[in-house]
Amino acid sequence: MFGWGVLKGMLVTLWNFLLTYLWPKKGIFTVQYPEKKLPLAQRYRNFPFLVYDGTPHMIRCVACKICESECPPKCIYIIPEKDAEGRVQKKPAVFDIDYAICMNCGLCEEVCPFDSIFMDHEYEISKYNRAEDLMVRKEALLKPWEYFAKIRPHDFERIEAKRAAKSAKAKPVAPAEKPSQKPDAGPTSPQQGSVPKNG
Amino acid sequence: MAETIDQIFVLAKDRFLDLLGIVLPDWIILLVRILISIAVLLAVAPVVMMYMTWLERKVLGRIQNRYGPNRVGIFGLLQPIADGIKMLTKEDIVPKNADQVIHFLAPVVIVIAPLLVLAVLPFGRNMIAADLNVGLLFFLGVSTFGVIALFMGSWASRNKYSLLGGMRAFAQMISYEIPMVLSVVPVILVTSSLSTAAIVEAQLGWKWFIFTPWGGFAALVFFLCGVAEVNRTPFDLPEAESEIVAGFHTEYSGMKFALFYMAEFISTFAISGLAVTLFLGGWDGPAFLPSWFWFGLKTFILILIMIWFRGTLPRFRVDQLMGFAWKVFLPFTLANIFIAALWALLPYPKNFIADTIGITVILTLLQIFNRKETPKKRKYLYAN
Ligand code: SF4
Ligand code: SF4
Repeated sequence: MFGWGVLKGMLVTLWNFLLTYLWPKKGIFTVQYPEKKLPLAQRYRNFPFLVYDGTPHMIRCVACKICESECPPKCIYIIPEKDAEGRVQKKPAVFDIDYAICMNCGLCEEVCPFDSIFMDHEYEISKYNRAEDLMVRKEALLKPWEYFAKIRPHDFERIEAKRAAKSAKAKPVAPAEKPSQKPDAGPTSPQQGSVPKNG
Repeated sequence: MAETIDQIFVLAKDRFLDLLGIVLPDWIILLVRILISIAVLLAVAPVVMMYMTWLERKVLGRIQNRYGPNRVGIFGLLQPIADGIKMLTKEDIVPKNADQVIHFLAPVVIVIAPLLVLAVLPFGRNMIAADLNVGLLFFLGVSTFGVIALFMGSWASRNKYSLLGGMRAFAQMISYEIPMVLSVVPVILVTSSLSTAAIVEAQLGWKWFIFTPWGGFAALVFFLCGVAEVNRTPFDLPEAESEIVAGFHTEYSGMKFALFYMAEFISTFAISGLAVTLFLGGWDGPAFLPSWFWFGLKTFILILIMIWFRGTLPRFRVDQLMGFAWKVFLPFTLANIFIAALWALLPYPKNFIADTIGITVILTLLQIFNRKETPKKRKYLYAN
């Protein structure tokens, strides 16, 4: 009959309208954002951050610059630290990531042989000034290893197991150096070997 | 007591004029008496418009399983005011090649028509700004005038989408104006009056015209034509977002854009009010609540139905739109005049039978003449 389809459609919308009042749980899908947030998936990725063990001085990054050269839009900038005699240290003096340019690809996390840069879950990072505020310095990038365990427990377990195996292998070679800095186990040659394992 | 509440606005106006009469001469009082009604309408109309946008967004939101505005004020009640401030602070862009004067004039002119027609709506017992004896004719004539402003805007913008929107608006308005006026004719015929107040008085005591056979169908046709007149979905071809950007108001921004919306919403209100006046008994209702409340309630329900349409129905195609007006509404309303005349002439049981027969006949004829012609399936004698 003419008009029957219209009536049926009107009933559908009426039902949805009433449902939002009668049974809001079923009827309304809105998540009222600033008050309520959806839980993020573990594999959610946003912007990279740097990991430290214990205190912020024990930064894992050895300033090997692999991530800097791999980053597709070239938004990482690293200057290694130098000691009094001008020798390059295994520590970054400057580590900047330009969040305005970073495209959240996660390649830096994948290529880092020392498990020191990871993708974060932080997404409320809007700023007033693009040039200054979104250029994130080393101090702001540093977050503890426990934080990583909190946001991505599965990856944490996997990486912990891998690192434990690696340090067990490295122990006979350099037992004395272990407490100071883990990446010392293989600064130059083992680094080459560990890249494929990671990628 | 109920009488006082019913007449509260009228009494307040009289009291105010009495107070003024102590100090001012008579002719000024006469002028003020007229101006008060105008001032009240001019003040109330934008508020009604603002809260209609709020209502529309709320109801549409609920229909689409979300909340609608709920951030500004409790239940988002301050949202229209926030929107108004936003509209006022927006940049006013006029295209370089536009006809500057007409482009500026169109949004100003377009709100005049809906504001004017509010004058002849009886909002309650004795609550009519101007009880013209040709009130209905005035309403129909002036409300059509809005389409000229609309076309001014679309022509002056010098934009192909605007022009297309304006053309569509013209075609649509002219097509739907005819069945709309024809659907009103039976009411005039039965009440033998063009005054809106007299039409309401003829329906007092539950003799609403929607309960008569001809009135029910005329009300439906009038309401649908009204929806088409004010360019609301499913008849919103002149501003079809998905086809022609925003139609006639593509080139408008800021407050001018808001004025187009104001015109649309106030005419929605006015058309609903007229439908209530003509077919739903106007301010008639059980006496325990004031008459203006009943008028408001019925208008509110009609507006809700329009919003409900918008939340449900997709847009018509141009040919469907035209076909609807010329092939269904026009013949039906023409026949309806005759049916209403039968109702007015014959005594009670006979007129009901005559009307039922008449409506059945016209609906059947419409069904027959409007049926889809599907060509017969071809028989291939020598193929395969
Ligand atoms: S996520 Fe991609 S773009 Fe961002 S810093 Fe890492 S490698 Fe560069
Ligand atoms: S790849 Fe890892 S260790 Fe090397 S510079 Fe980047 S973050 Fe530091």
